[in-house]
Parts: sequence; C-alpha cells; structure tokens
Amino acid sequence: MASATQSLRRTLEGLPGVDAVGVEARAAGLGTRSIKTTSKQWAIDLAISMVDLTTLEGADTPGKVRALSSKALRPDPTDSTCPPVAAVCVYPDMVSTVREVVGDRLHVAAVATAFPSGRAALDVKLADTQDAVEAGADEVDMVIDRGAFLRGDYTRVHDEIVAVKEACGDAHLKVILETGELQTYDNVRRASWLAMDAGADFIKTSTGKIQPAATLPVTLVMLEAVRDYRIATGRQVGVKPAGGIRTSKDAIKYLVTINETCGDDWLSPDWFRFGASSLLNDLLLQRQKMITGHYSGPDYVTLD
Amino acid sequence: MAFEYAPAPESRAIVDLKSSYGLFIDGEFVDGTGTPFKSISPASEEVLAEVSEASEADVTKAVQAARRAFEKVWGPMPGRERAKYLYRIARIIAERSRELAVLESLDNGKPIKESRDVDIPLVSQWFFYYAGWADKLGYAGRGPDPQPLGVAGQVIPWNFPLMMLAWKIAPALAAGNTVVLKPAETTPLTALLFAEICQQADLPPGVVNIVTGAGATGQALVEHPDVDKVAFTGSTAVGRQIARSVAGTDKKLTLELGGKAANIVFADAPLDQAVEGIVGGIFFNQGHVCCAGSRLLVQESVYDEVLERLKRRMGTLRLGDPLDKNTDIGAINSAEQLARIRELSDVGDAEGAERWSAPCEIPDHGFWFAPTIFTGVTQAHRIAREEIFGPVLSVLTFRTPAEAVEKANNTPYGLSAGVWTEKGSRILSMAEQLRAGVVWANTFNKFDPTSPFGGYKESGYGREGGRHGLASYLKEHA
Amino acid sequence: MSRVEVRKTHKLYIGGAFPRSESGRTYEAVDAKGRFLANMAKASRKDGRDAVLAARKAFGGWSTRTPYNRGQILYRIAEVMEGRRDQLTTQLREAEGLSPKRTEAVVDAAVDRVVWYAGWADKYAQVLGNANPVSGPFFNLSSPEPTGVVAIVAPQGGGAGPRAADGQGPLLGLVSTVLPAITTGNTVVVVASEAHPIPAVTLAEIMATSDLPSGVVNLLTGSSAEIAPWLATHSDVNGLDLTGVDDPELARTLESDGAENLKRVRRPSDEDWLREPTLSRLEQWVETKTVWHPIGV
Repeated sequence: MASATQSLRRTLEGLPGVDAVGVEARAAGLGTRSIKTTSKQWAIDLAISMVDLTTLEGADTPGKVRALSSKALRPDPTDSTCPPVAAVCVYPDMVSTVREVVGDRLHVAAVATAFPSGRAALDVKLADTQDAVEAGADEVDMVIDRGAFLRGDYTRVHDEIVAVKEACGDAHLKVILETGELQTYDNVRRASWLAMDAGADFIKTSTGKIQPAATLPVTLVMLEAVRDYRIATGRQVGVKPAGGIRTSKDAIKYLVTINETCGDDWLSPDWFRFGASSLLNDLLLQRQKMITGHYSGPDYVTLD
Repeated sequence: MAFEYAPAPESRAIVDLKSSYGLFIDGEFVDGTGTPFKSISPASEEVLAEVSEASEADVTKAVQAARRAFEKVWGPMPGRERAKYLYRIARIIAERSRELAVLESLDNGKPIKESRDVDIPLVSQWFFYYAGWADKLGYAGRGPDPQPLGVAGQVIPWNFPLMMLAWKIAPALAAGNTVVLKPAETTPLTALLFAEICQQADLPPGVVNIVTGAGATGQALVEHPDVDKVAFTGSTAVGRQIARSVAGTDKKLTLELGGKAANIVFADAPLDQAVEGIVGGIFFNQGHVCCAGSRLLVQESVYDEVLERLKRRMGTLRLGDPLDKNTDIGAINSAEQLARIRELSDVGDAEGAERWSAPCEIPDHGFWFAPTIFTGVTQAHRIAREEIFGPVLSVLTFRTPAEAVEKANNTPYGLSAGVWTEKGSRILSMAEQLRAGVVWANTFNKFDPTSPFGGYKESGYGREGGRHGLASYLKEHA
Repeated sequence: MSRVEVRKTHKLYIGGAFPRSESGRTYEAVDAKGRFLANMAKASRKDGRDAVLAARKAFGGWSTRTPYNRGQILYRIAEVMEGRRDQLTTQLREAEGLSPKRTEAVVDAAVDRVVWYAGWADKYAQVLGNANPVSGPFFNLSSPEPTGVVAIVAPQGGGAGPRAADGQGPLLGLVSTVLPAITTGNTVVVVASEAHPIPAVTLAEIMATSDLPSGVVNLLTGSSAEIAPWLATHSDVNGLDLTGVDDPELARTLESDGAENLKRVRRPSDEDWLREPTLSRLEQWVETKTVWHPIGV
C-alpha cells in the first residue's frame, strides 16, 4: 500500500510544472480575441447549451427549483430558436422536483458527497450519491477531499473517487477539485490527473462556495490536462468551470480558450459545461441584442 | 460548425495621413533636398505617403539646430524643467496611443495587438520613466554633477520603429542632450507623428530633430563631426562600419546589434508555458526581433513532446491583416527582408534540415512568410548561425546542461537567451554561464524601461534602459 | 677575487611560464640616461597569439572564482609587491631617473592601487548592479560580468607622453590598467612599457608567486606598435585598452580594427595615475547581464 501511495505521488508530482505568470499571460492573451457577428451568435447559443443552470442554496424550495427547471427548458420564452441549457444542477433532495419538470429533455445534475466541504465519512458520501442517482440524477458532481489532497494522501482521494464512480452507476461523474482551496496551478494539474485516473467523466473547478471560483487560467490548466490525458490514454474527459462566470464576454473567452487549447472536440455540451446561474441571463440579453440590433434590459429576460 | 473568428479590423480612420512628409528640423517641418521616397504598407503594398530624403546638407542643418538648442536652451535648462517636457510627451503618447498603434501597424506590418498592447504602451512608459531621471542625474553613477554629452546622432531600425525611438530619445533628453534621429527608411511615419507630438508638447525647437532617408542619410549623421554621441540599433554589419567610422574621434558610441539567441528547454520545464515562450520568442513581431529566440535547444528526452506541442500551438497562429485584432502574425516588413528570409530558409532545405510551416493562408498582396520551424538542425548549419530576422526557428537538441551552455554560447553574438526549467538552482547556474546580456528564465521577450538591455560580443555594447541606459548619455566621471 | 654577479634574463610571461620570444628576438632596455640595463625579449605576433590563447584558457576559471577569492589573490599581489618594494624602487629609479623620494612615492602608490582594487573585487557588483523595479510580476536583476579577454597597451613612460617625467607609467600606470580588468574577472594580455619594461617583468614575477592563476595576466615586452595590431584584429579578444598608445594614427587604426568583432575599446588617455581612480576602468570591462524570472506560486 505504501509503495502504491509513493508511486502515485511520484506520478503526480512528476507532471510538468505550471508557471503561474506564464499561464496567466496566456489566458489574458486568449481573452483579447475579438469575436464578431455570426461567430458571436453561434458562440452565444453554444454557451447557452453548455450551461448547468444551478441553484445550491439552503433556502431552495420545490417552487424555486421548478421555476428554474422551466427556465432551463425554455431560457427565452419569447424565442423558440433559443436552445435549452444542458442541465439543471441542484442538491440531491431537489432532483426529483427537477425531473418532474424536465423529464428526459435535460440532464439533471446533483451535487453529492457532503457538498461543498466533503467532510463526511465515505459511507455517508456514497449514500448521498446513491440517493441522488435513485432520485433521477444522471450526473453527479462530487467534491474531492481537499484536506487529504493537501496533506499528500493522494491515494485516499483517488480511492474515494473510484468508490463514488462505482456508486454512480450509469450517471456521469463530475469531480470538483475546488481549485480555490488547492491554490496553486501545479496542484490543479495534479488533481486533474488524479481525478481522471480515478475515472472522472468531467473535472470541475469549484463548488461556487469558495473564492476564487472558476478563473480562465485555472480552466486553461484543466483544458491542457484533459487534452494531454486523451493523448496519453485515448480517453476524453470533459471540463466544467463553475462559479464566477457572469457575462457573455467571459463565456466567450472560455470558448476561445477551448478552441485554441483542445480544439473542436471539446466545443460541445457533452464535453464542456458552465456551472452558472446569472450567466444565462446575460447570454440571453446579448442574444436579444444580436437579433434586434439594440440593447436589451433586465426586464426583458426572466428572473428565475 | 467550427469556431471561426470574423475579421475584427481596427479602424484606420483615426490616423490622419498626409500625402507627403518633410524633415523635422529646428521645430519645423521642412522639405529635404534629397530624393523623396515612398513608405508603403507591407501588408498591401499600397503607398502610404511620400517622405523627404535628408541630404548631407540637411543633416548638417539638423545637427546645427541640435547644437544651438543644446547650448542655448536644453543644456542650461534645469533638470526639473526638462522633466516636465518629457512627462508631457509621455502623456500625449498615451492619449494618442490608438492613433500611433494603427499607424505603426500600417507602416510596419506588425499586428495591431502588438503595437496596441506592447509597443506603444512601452513608448509612453519609456518617456515617463526617463522624465523622472532628468532632475536626479547626480544619482546615475556618474558623480554628483554629471554633464550631458551634447548632440546625439541616433539611427534606429524598422522592427520597433517608435519603441526604438523612445529607447533612444528619452534617456538622451533626460540627460540634457539634444538629438538628431534617423528612422528606418521603410518605417518613418510614426517618428514623424512623434515630431508633431514634440510640437504639441511645445518642446523647444532643435531639441529633437528627425531626418528621414536611407543608409546614406544615416552615414552622414553618424559621421558628422559635430555629433558627440552615436547610438545605433540595427545589423551587426552596419554597427561594425559605424564603430570603424567613429574610431579616432571623441564620439561616444553605443551599439545594439544582431543576435542568434538560444532558447533552452529542459525536460523538467513547465512545458505549456515553455511552448508559449518558444512561440512568443520567435514569432513575436514576425521574428523581426534582434533578441528573438531563434535557436531552440530542447533536451532530447522531451524532444518529441515539445515538438508535438509546438506544432499544435503554431497551428492556432493567425496570419493576416495587421489591423485585425485577432492577427498573431503580421506582414514581413519589406520585399527585401522577405527575400532574405526565403534565401536563408532555402539554405536550410539545401543543408538537409527539415522544414515545417504552420498551415496558414497567405494573402495575395503584401509580404508574408508562414511561421516555420526547421528540425534536424546542428550548430554547423547556416540557419543555426546567421540571423534570419524572420519567423523561422531552428530546432537543435542537447543531452546535458553543459552541452546546452556550450551550444548556446557557440556564436559570435550574445544578446539574449532563454532557459526553461522548474529547478531554481539550475536556472541560476545557467543564467550565470550564458554569455548574453539578457537572460529570460521561464519567460521570454520581456522589456521594461527600468531594465537594462544590450549585448555581449558582436551583439554590440552599451545598455539601454534603467540607470545604465541613462549613464550612456552622460560624461564619464570628471 | 670578487664574486661574479648573476645577471638576469628578462623574459615574457605567458600562461604562468616565462618563455623567451618564440622569435628569438631581443632588444635593449636602457636607463634614463640611455645606458644599457638589460636585454629584453621582443615579443612577436605569435607570442601575442599564445598570450591570447593562455588568457582565454584562464578566463573560465578566473571569472567563476568567488569575488572574495579574487580579492584575496589580488591582495596577495600587494603583499608580495610590498616585500619586493626595494627591488621595484631600484628598477624604477634606474629606468626613469627620478629622485629616490619621488620613486618611492610612485611604488607605494602602485602597491596601494593594487590594495584598492583588491577591495573592490567583492563590492563592484553591488555598486554597478541593480534590482530593477519592472512593471510586472518579474524578478529582475542586472549584474556586471567580465567582458572576457582584454588586451592592454600599458602606459609607456620613458620618452613618451606629458606625464612621462612623473615616472608613473612603467609600474603605476601598468597596475592601474591591468588591475581593474582582472578585478572583475577578465583575463589580460598586456604590452608593457616598451622603453622601461623591467619593473613590468618584476611585477609578472610577483604575480606568478601570488596565487594568481596561470594565464590571468600575460605580459609581453617589445614594440606595442608591432604587437598591438595583432591583438586588435584577434577575434578572440573582447576588449582593447589603448591607454598607452601615444600615436593618434596608430590608435585610430587599432580602434578601427577592433570593430571587426565589436571589441570594447578604451581610447588613449594621459592620466595622472597618482590620483585616486574612479570606477571608470572597472565599468569599462564588464557587461551588464539582466536576468528575468516570473514571480508566481
């Protein structure tokens, strides 16, 4: 066991380092790409279709969740050409409520494993997961044990992901790294590889409860990781930045970053998601602006 | 549908181009007595403007104006007052930065994102930095009351037209000298716009004089007997001629010449950032950079991986209209330079190196060269020894740090070098051993007015930037 | 019967050894009144070439010694000079014909000059270098590094130059030009005073017994007009100090020849070597190297 732990540590710590200033400069450079006209329309619709429309509040009620689910299906009720979002993301106890509204038309994602801190025994986390899947979630967003990761117990993190993946059954597993707590880009890259090796279908930046949440450079590091992982193993893994992405301009920067880092293969809701809530309305405002030619206002998009 | 970026051109309307430009002597635009020449856009080959050629007599007038201004106005002026003029200039440049950026990209062919985000901001910053030195010369390391040299004759290249002007003029003026500057014949326009900015700043006449023309004008300037200081940036061949021509005179000389920098990538490098550094190192400004990382030295154990990443990254470079905000690679500055790049690349083929170019569409008009790498290159190849001054990278390999140092230093040049490794002690050891004036570790092609820049060996002598750059315009200790 | 004096053969100093000129040539050194003092080796262009080779070979080791160690070795030179003060004084007085008091003042100044430079070895980098406050997340440091191999035409003394009567050139002028170059880690090929070379040869012997590594200083005696052009055109020489070139036309030619590989050239000057020097000569033979590194976690 000890030697397996050492071997895992050597593998992860042997990954190429990430120079913080360099990766931030690259991300900033990608952020200066200028997207116009038809490309922009296409990009906004793509971004809408990649949204995991999320509510993760203690104050969530079935009423609130039902409203959000309706909006997920028809983000712009005045325009039938507007695509639906990818999924609705809620706590496990709200999964069945979402299913009632969206049926099979959208994915339903549940945050599980003692979200957001992950501080619970493994059997509790597994029960949380099973609960979500049984309630109809076809996507599970788990959190890694950051404490274990930071103290170098990579095996524990790995084995926990493997166990949760098994509990998921057919549901897709998104592994939340909580990059704001990992702090360094080197850790983000290591955690990405660890999660992918353990069977993650997606790697996700953040819970949204810790600042900073998703940033473009962190997402860039994760995109490089999934790109390199596919080259190394042949298996493709998706990426989900979550939290802090609020404007269409930001969303488009992420799409540009995917495009120039991984290419077309990841430019699809199957392989890239935005974990967001307020982003959707800004995308809708921009979409209306592009169609009508004038600026819209918050009264012209729905509040849910 | 694949993700495509629609053209996003910066508007040309901001630039008010005249059909012809004169020389700027003693605060006025005057016609030159030489044969006027045309400045063209290298991206379209359209004529942008006709520009006066300064004859030897014109150069003499400019030097006389500079001498008068030095003796009567600028030399005696207290440093704190000189400073205020330089601050004014820095501010006006910032205010007119978009106009300057567009004109620079039009005349030079460089991408607007570089002129907008790198060149012009640095130009303004350069003047701002040296403005602050003007009343603090006693701290420049030249004794308590250092004296200016007098009239500086400055000749600059076409690769960073306005930035090179700032590197030359800002420290010279701060130290109390007056200048006659000759911009490159293919890129004179931003220097002439700068002359307008000097007028706008009410800079006293004769402090800055701009004479346009080709080699003969430059020669007349550096050989003028009443010039006290010659500063030149350009090719080693011309630098050598200038060094000969000032021999036996009292003229001070600084030279910033060619390079053939090694960019060394160790196996433990932060590979994605190293690839960015390789790309930025050689393709920034179409490789028209004296300190370009034109020799890539990759440790053999990561050669395949680095090459694969590099080619993939090169595939995302966008070549085309310099005014398009999404353009990464602009136009080659002139037909002459394009011919030189082609010639040396053909030599690379003939010598058996393997050429690979990024797949990009080449526009019908203008001068273009796709980003290109040569693999299988050894130190014996001409493309590993001669400065190509274009978007062409020679890839070599090494096995040990000692071999990397040996290959990196095995050149008559010594301007810059790059090192990529995550190991701190190795960085410091490499930085110590590399015989180059600038060593970029885990980064490349960074410039700052506070940071001295200049070469070893045949890359020239003297430093520009920082306290060192200021001292080059002051007399030695009394 | 009185003892027969053992006369000395004065030789060149190249790579730590004392060879005769490969050309086999000699010339006569005379005193201030023109009387014969000794036969000197008359260095040829090939001796110059050998000296450059020796200097280049020594450069790697000398330039990477710790500054403290370089300072100690230079100080050791002063110690040994002090011990041979009488010899130097006698030789200089014979050569220049100065009063004993004047000669002693010059020799003392020469020893003190070496001490002065020895002390600079571990300090100049702090004075000439900078931490640069760049506007970005980068550590940015400029530090002075040695230029490489420096060829020096030492002050001539004797019949040339207005300062000649001071008798400073052959010893004080020599140490004042050689020491700043080696203090910063350069290695040197120096052409000594042609007319009055004997104190220079003694200085070479002092250096040879002062822990100064072989080849750091290589000293040639003979005609600077003959040897200097070969040094000026030599592509493996990085710096050219023309301080002791009295003929302006020769100086112009040498500077022009040095341009071929962009040598750093110091033009001729006639200085009062008794004055306390500035940093000028230390700065002359260094290259500022600026290192950038990102700052990030």
